[in-house]
Amino acid sequence: MEYRYRVALAGNPNVGKSTVFNTLTGLHQHTGNWPGKTVENKTGIFRCGDREYAITDLPGTYSLDAHSPEEAIAGEFLRGGEADCVVVVCDGSCLERNLLFALQVLSLTGNCVLCVNLMDEAEKRGVKVDGERLAEMLGCPVVLCAAGVGLGMDALTKAIEKTVGAPPIPPKTYEAYGRDFVTVAHTLASACVRTAGLPDAKDRRLDRILTGRITAYPVMAALVLLVFWLTIRGAGYLSAWLEGGLGFLVGYTRTLAVGVFGEGWWISLLWDGVLATLCQVIAVMLPPMAVFFPLFTLLEDSGYLPRVAFNLDRLFQRCGACGKQSLTMLMGFGCNAAGVTGCRIIDSPRERMIAVLTNAFVPCNGRLPLVLFLAGAFCTAGLGMAQASDGMKAVLLTLCIVLCTLMTLAVSGLLSAFVLRGTPSAFTLELPPYRMPRIRQVLVRSVLDRTVFVLGRAAAVAAPAGGMIWLAGNIAVGEGNLFQYITGILDPVGRFAGMDGVILTAFLFSLPAAEIFLPLAYMGYCGTGILQMESAQGIWGLFAAQGWNGVTVVCVLLFTLFHFPCSTTLLTIRKETGKWRWAALAFVLPTIIGYGLCCGVRFIFG
Amino acid sequence: MRHRKEREAKIIASAADMRPGEKGVVTSLEQKGRGIENRLRDLGMTEGCVVECVGISPLGDPAAYRIRGAVIALRKRDAVCVAVAGDRV
Repeated sequence: MEYRYRVALAGNPNVGKSTVFNTLTGLHQHTGNWPGKTVENKTGIFRCGDREYAITDLPGTYSLDAHSPEEAIAGEFLRGGEADCVVVVCDGSCLERNLLFALQVLSLTGNCVLCVNLMDEAEKRGVKVDGERLAEMLGCPVVLCAAGVGLGMDALTKAIEKTVGAPPIPPKTYEAYGRDFVTVAHTLASACVRTAGLPDAKDRRLDRILTGRITAYPVMAALVLLVFWLTIRGAGYLSAWLEGGLGFLVGYTRTLAVGVFGEGWWISLLWDGVLATLCQVIAVMLPPMAVFFPLFTLLEDSGYLPRVAFNLDRLFQRCGACGKQSLTMLMGFGCNAAGVTGCRIIDSPRERMIAVLTNAFVPCNGRLPLVLFLAGAFCTAGLGMAQASDGMKAVLLTLCIVLCTLMTLAVSGLLSAFVLRGTPSAFTLELPPYRMPRIRQVLVRSVLDRTVFVLGRAAAVAAPAGGMIWLAGNIAVGEGNLFQYITGILDPVGRFAGMDGVILTAFLFSLPAAEIFLPLAYMGYCGTGILQMESAQGIWGLFAAQGWNGVTVVCVLLFTLFHFPCSTTLLTIRKETGKWRWAALAFVLPTIIGYGLCCGVRFIFG
Repeated sequence: MRHRKEREAKIIASAADMRPGEKGVVTSLEQKGRGIENRLRDLGMTEGCVVECVGISPLGDPAAYRIRGAVIALRKRDAVCVAVAGDRV
């Protein structure tokens, strides 16, 4: 086998390393306009000419002196001399600061390529970079590019090709330009960068609105409402379409199978258990997820998320937590497991632990459709509306998010007062320039990614769970079946908190994935483990017939928001914290709080 | 005497008491033992660099500063470690 050259991508956070990585490798690493998006080394392969390169996307760092775990990863990787070529990615509009880091890398190895990225943006801001001059002064190849639009990538691959082929180049010193890196960077920048006026005047104007004293919170609330409203609207259409199509498909194939093989227990297992659960997850759960996620990605791409952290930091400060915790919470909306991994952007171990333990207090994408369903149910059962309106659902959803945020703050405060004591550590947060989200790219990418992800998860979890539930509903234990046996045990526990045995059993069985709660509860009530394709209204009709009222809906809603995270998240917590203890705490803490709240609601309103 | 006091009030002491729009030069970084000094140096905040306050969070803390072309948010308790020389606007 031929030698595979190793290339490392290094640079400050949020300079587009992952975009460069994606463009080179053709992979679809998730990108976003905020510092700390990438916290793990990611490696991909790309070919150029007859050579093969393994390219590693390092987490963004401000320096090679490790002050945080992800900086340590990057520092170790570069010091170990594992790379044949280091591509230092810089932001064209903020070159001087980026050069500080580039100089540190150049003092380690001479086999470098300086990639000045985001040049399209820099030019719009009136920033001109003299690449040739910079290359001459630095003594290493400099490529100006804009990876987002694919500009200059050929030049970059050529520069990489040249550098890996060259014998090891000794690290350079820049004594001629100044004593320390700061002066050198300043000399280089003043020689090679031309700016016309203030490059970030537009950003500051936007900041005055998005982080302004009077406007910040109304804008935030309006954005959340808008995102939810669009999610509900879009999901409604998708859902109706999918229900029709899948319902027909399942029914048709079932008749066909019965016609060929005759009725049998395995036909029932496959079609009424496995396939029906799968289809219900796809029809009811997938649409909200597939619409919400891209909208969220657009916000992420625009650079708004760090502003949220900026606006809310004071509250987190009060609770002894890190302001970046709001970023990890926002990631939690996508997926709690991803949110837990994302907690690596928090430097202080104490504050990171708080963020890890409280991440599940934010409803993830998998729980969102359930919350949405319950919000609709609350409109009819709790508020007495004949038809739940999309606007009302969006308002209820927003209230849920506010409640989750307050709960996160409260629990963070309690944890830092009693369990994880200490003083807040230093906090620095970069507010990146706003970027016009690449709408088409983001929509296509994240809708596809999300759909594939949900389908994969549905196949991996919902299908076996559907089979299991069918079995549980059809294995006889004493008088009834296994499912009834379990619900019978849990019934008093559930009733005490305004729910019932079926609901608790469904929560327990949906430990692998919250997405399967609804089909599980539905099957639980049907009793025989036979599930029919049903719309959200159909499911609600059955639940209402089983005695669900306003109080039940509120209790289930609260327990959905605050209960144990899914098994993937728990495993991730174990991995990130290194101890089962913490995973256990992350399991128990929200469950107790959720159960307590439900009890409270039942005793006050029940 | 009164004249001198007025002049002092016109001078910014640390990044923490800068108001939006005010500019100054970093004169020193105080070591408070929480690693803030190193963090700030990594971000390019060193003696002699120009720092401008560009905004304050709606709740009054943290504030955003422009440092070498990038905008960085710092909490008050961290910003007091940055001694700044500059005039009030």
